Amino acid sequence: MAAKTIISRPIYGTLSPQPGKHHLFIADAEGALAITNMAGKAPPGFFDGAEIVFIPDPEGKHISALEALRPAQLHLPPSFASLLPRLRQTLTNAHMGLRLYLAGTEGLIGQAMQAALEAGIDHTSIETEHRGSLARRMQCVHCKGITENVTTQPALCSHCGLLLLVRDHYSRRLAAFQGVCINAEDRSEIPPMEEAFP
Amino acid sequence: MSTGTTKLDVVVSDVVPVNDLVTRFHFRRRDGELLPTFSGGAHVVVEMRDGDRTRLNPYSLMGSPLDTREYTISIRRDDVGRGGSLFMHRSVKPGLEMVISYPVNLFSLDLRAKKHLMLAGGIGITPFMAQTAQLAGGGGNFELHYTCRTASLGTYADVLRERYGNRVRLYHDDREERIDLDRLLSSQPLGTHLYVCGPAGMINWVRDRAASLGWPPETVHFEHFAAPQPGAPFDVELAVSGKTIRVGEQQSLLEAIEAAGVDPPYLCRGGVCGQCETNVISSDGKFIHNDHWLSEEDHRSGCKIMPCVSRFEGKLLVLER
Repeated sequence: MAAKTIISRPIYGTLSPQPGKHHLFIADAEGALAITNMAGKAPPGFFDGAEIVFIPDPEGKHISALEALRPAQLHLPPSFASLLPRLRQTLTNAHMGLRLYLAGTEGLIGQAMQAALEAGIDHTSIETEHRGSLARRMQCVHCKGITENVTTQPALCSHCGLLLLVRDHYSRRLAAFQGVCINAEDRSEIPPMEEAFP
Repeated sequence: MSTGTTKLDVVVSDVVPVNDLVTRFHFRRRDGELLPTFSGGAHVVVEMRDGDRTRLNPYSLMGSPLDTREYTISIRRDDVGRGGSLFMHRSVKPGLEMVISYPVNLFSLDLRAKKHLMLAGGIGITPFMAQTAQLAGGGGNFELHYTCRTASLGTYADVLRERYGNRVRLYHDDREERIDLDRLLSSQPLGTHLYVCGPAGMINWVRDRAASLGWPPETVHFEHFAAPQPGAPFDVELAVSGKTIRVGEQQSLLEAIEAAGVDPPYLCRGGVCGQCETNVISSDGKFIHNDHWLSEEDHRSGCKIMPCVSRFEGKLLVLER
């Protein structure tokens, strides 16, 4: 779990079963393990009312572990982008009593939460657990382009090419950290690029 | 009045009987200016000068927040209560100059909600009068379910039906009409917030069912005006001001502290807001905690008390006031 720095920097918890009628899990990468760990604390029959959406890696790791939980539905989309229309549809039709659990990389948690906020779910009522890479989704504050999977500090904007300081300043609306030009005064000044978010 | 609350000098501009139990009071500013803006769910604390006794009771503002020429409150007469409602019903007439607090909102709408589901019981309808007016003014999505004992005691039910039609649903106890709560709560679209105001039993029932059915606590809002419970008189030492006071049978500890000339902070006078939280310096006896603010642990520790609603039985109580 990432250390708390500035107030907008998200902090994540450990998934725990909530009271409710329907449970929607969205996970990628090692987030599957957060779900299987939580299953040990869940009351009997919990997964009868659960839908798990898991974006597997190319090897299909963890799929069988999730199948073993016997959820009401297990959906395996190839990417977050491909899952988004279906997620929006699910949330639009859902009723109060649906509980949302997000586990895995920060990019996945942030983007799924963004869709949930649009549907009217308060971010404080979403269960989250961060697993896997610390790679960040970053918005360039200059060109507004989003760069996925940023692991270095500073980082290059994949849209306008500026060298950006990746800040802890996070936007829930955009589901992205803010990147600000690090050498605006003197472009010839190039600080060393380090692996900061492995 | 007190820390955190500012007074408004008002004159009673109208007193209107609504039904057998409820009377409506209208206030305007004595200087003719507009009253402060408020939001739906806000209350004011009304100062009642009843002989040598001063009562301070909170009442929800029920007028539209879009009109601040006057404030309106509705008071249900309680014949066996501590006397505040009886004083208002019997002694307050148009033209009387009174003092009320600035509005305070401990029951505000969460305007991020996609929909507002409101549940009122009895006189608990008053904050919803202002909230529905506020939402209707902005095209907000709401639905109000209102339970009352009989049609004739359904305070403002006719007004609400006329204003909002099918968005208002009435339930009458004498016709055995009951809210199908589980079904109602389970059929609400995602993003709905729930608001409940009424008797303690109703609030507990609704909060409990909502929690079981998976409503996150952030989406459930409630307001209960708990009158201080009477009890055996007891003595209290106020360490900071160096006074010893006696709390009467019908008096709250907060009222006794105020009567002694000490001016502690307060907002709700109902054990929910936390403003009047007071440290206990020493005690020998039993606390009767009636508040919803302190944790179970705080209650057991005997180190804190909410003087607006809680009492004490025993030999010694010293407070940091």
